Amino acid sequence: MSKPLRHFIDKIKPAFDEGGRFAALQSTFEAFETFAYTPNTVTKHGSHIRDAIDMKRAMIIVVIALIPALLFGMWNIGYQHYTAYVLPVDTGTTDFFWQCFGFGLLRMLPMIAVSYIVGLTIEFAFAQIRHHEVNEGYLVTGLLIPMIMPPTVPLWQLALAVAFAVVVGKEVFGGTGMNFMNPALLARAFLFFAYPSHMSGDKVWTAAKAWGTDAVTGATPLAELKANAVNIQSMQYSLGDLFWGIMPGSCCETSTAAILVGAILLLVTGIASWRIMAGVVLGGGAIALLFNLIGLNSYMQVPFYYHYLLGGFMFGAVFMATDPVTAPQTNPGRWIYALLTGALAILLRVVNPAYPEGMMLSILLMNCFAPLIDHCVIAVNIKKRSRRATNKQ
Amino acid sequence: MNNKNLKYITLPWRDNNPITVQVLGICSCLAVTAQLKPAVFMAVSVTAVTVLSNLIISLLRNTIPPRIRIIVQLVVVSTLVVLVDQVLKAYFFDVSKQLSVFVGLIITNCIVMGRLEAFAMHNPPLPSVCDGLGNGLGYSFILILLGFTRELLGNGTLWGYPVTERLHDIGYENNGLMLMPPMALILIGLLIWIINSRKA
Repeated sequence: MSKPLRHFIDKIKPAFDEGGRFAALQSTFEAFETFAYTPNTVTKHGSHIRDAIDMKRAMIIVVIALIPALLFGMWNIGYQHYTAYVLPVDTGTTDFFWQCFGFGLLRMLPMIAVSYIVGLTIEFAFAQIRHHEVNEGYLVTGLLIPMIMPPTVPLWQLALAVAFAVVVGKEVFGGTGMNFMNPALLARAFLFFAYPSHMSGDKVWTAAKAWGTDAVTGATPLAELKANAVNIQSMQYSLGDLFWGIMPGSCCETSTAAILVGAILLLVTGIASWRIMAGVVLGGGAIALLFNLIGLNSYMQVPFYYHYLLGGFMFGAVFMATDPVTAPQTNPGRWIYALLTGALAILLRVVNPAYPEGMMLSILLMNCFAPLIDHCVIAVNIKKRSRRATNKQ
Repeated sequence: MNNKNLKYITLPWRDNNPITVQVLGICSCLAVTAQLKPAVFMAVSVTAVTVLSNLIISLLRNTIPPRIRIIVQLVVVSTLVVLVDQVLKAYFFDVSKQLSVFVGLIITNCIVMGRLEAFAMHNPPLPSVCDGLGNGLGYSFILILLGFTRELLGNGTLWGYPVTERLHDIGYENNGLMLMPPMALILIGLLIWIINSRKA
């Protein structure tokens, strides 16, 4: 199977080399070649130690880690639609399961397609103009963007957000690895501020039809908490529902269970930093406990473990805050960054009357501070070591 | 008018634009460009102030003691700004209310002080007027461009008249981010990017 492909690639390769007929498309060719095969380039001088894993392999593991959440999200979109729209339904049957899944698939596939087509077109165009290699970062970003959007987002707005995130969030700074903000979250933030009526409120979370942007009214648990000051235990969602993710919300952020499966894969392979995940969870939990102590209103009294299950907290902690490019590079820096991210997310949720969810904004804010945190950690370390050196003399 | 003076007028339009090249006057540029109308009035006001202050300072340039020149420049600029403010209040009250403090803040606009320090203090009146006019127009050009883009995309109107009504029927929507100052900064950034890459 793979031999003819290798043979074909080798055959067309000269056309893309310098002076060849398609020399202008060199980086496009290079992207597909290294996508299919690990490049056989070897280090010629300097350090000869190379990690067996390169960026393409790392990125594909993140994509695999996202799949449980993605599949669950597809089912949940359908489930929310059918339970809100065509009651009563026999929710127990296998047929119903596939019906839900099919409905969600129909909603998600166009979103994913739009995200990849628009994003990759821009990435390839920039790589071509700058004579760079095409970077793989967008493989993950392109999947994350539809996963954190409401299921009813209009496709042209999605395309606009993707273009904004890739151009302003990434390419102006020099492409993958140079951006200081998470591009997927930037896409969401763009829509959140540009078209608020499609990104918040209670009319965007449950799709009314397989196509189009019509929606059924149905608040997310977070919005309900904020608006009605209800006691969380008395809401229609049980702790189990929230853990498995059977609630309205952004496409694939609802299921803590599915996200944890991805988290385990990321931790076992060492792609994501366990310090960041742990820090976000601890920071969020600590501030939630603090609010429990104050307990002025019903929102402040929400137990901390509910906060983990609501909204995009877990999704952000596992897939967004851990982005190796926009998070700090030093281990103490990671702790500081993660604790503050978690704490800020819960703080925004509970205290800010305007936004029911705070994860997106808190991660973006801490992304801005990541270089400063790193700088301070390194400065402290230098000071410590120089003091140690001078004391010994 | 000779070629050199003409150049003082045209140079700040692109190659030495006060906003995209010198990166001055950004504050007012973010604040007043959410709509086209205030942007145009702001552009005219700043141009008037730069031209007149350049002329006055250039006439006085040999009598101003160097040690107190900034204060003298400030007095001239403030006088002109107060005049502009009064004119706006008298004849265009609604715009004046919209622009609010930003008319007064023309005093602190770096473009005005920058031209006085860099040009009017060392050049005769006619070139100084040309330089002031050029920089004012360069500033105006960017301001009006931003005002046009932001009002059209953010509000769907131009000069207050609706333009994109038909598009709304087929699902188009106004982009709320365009009305926020951060987007103006991003737009200026993109503009600088385009200009720089064309120069390169």
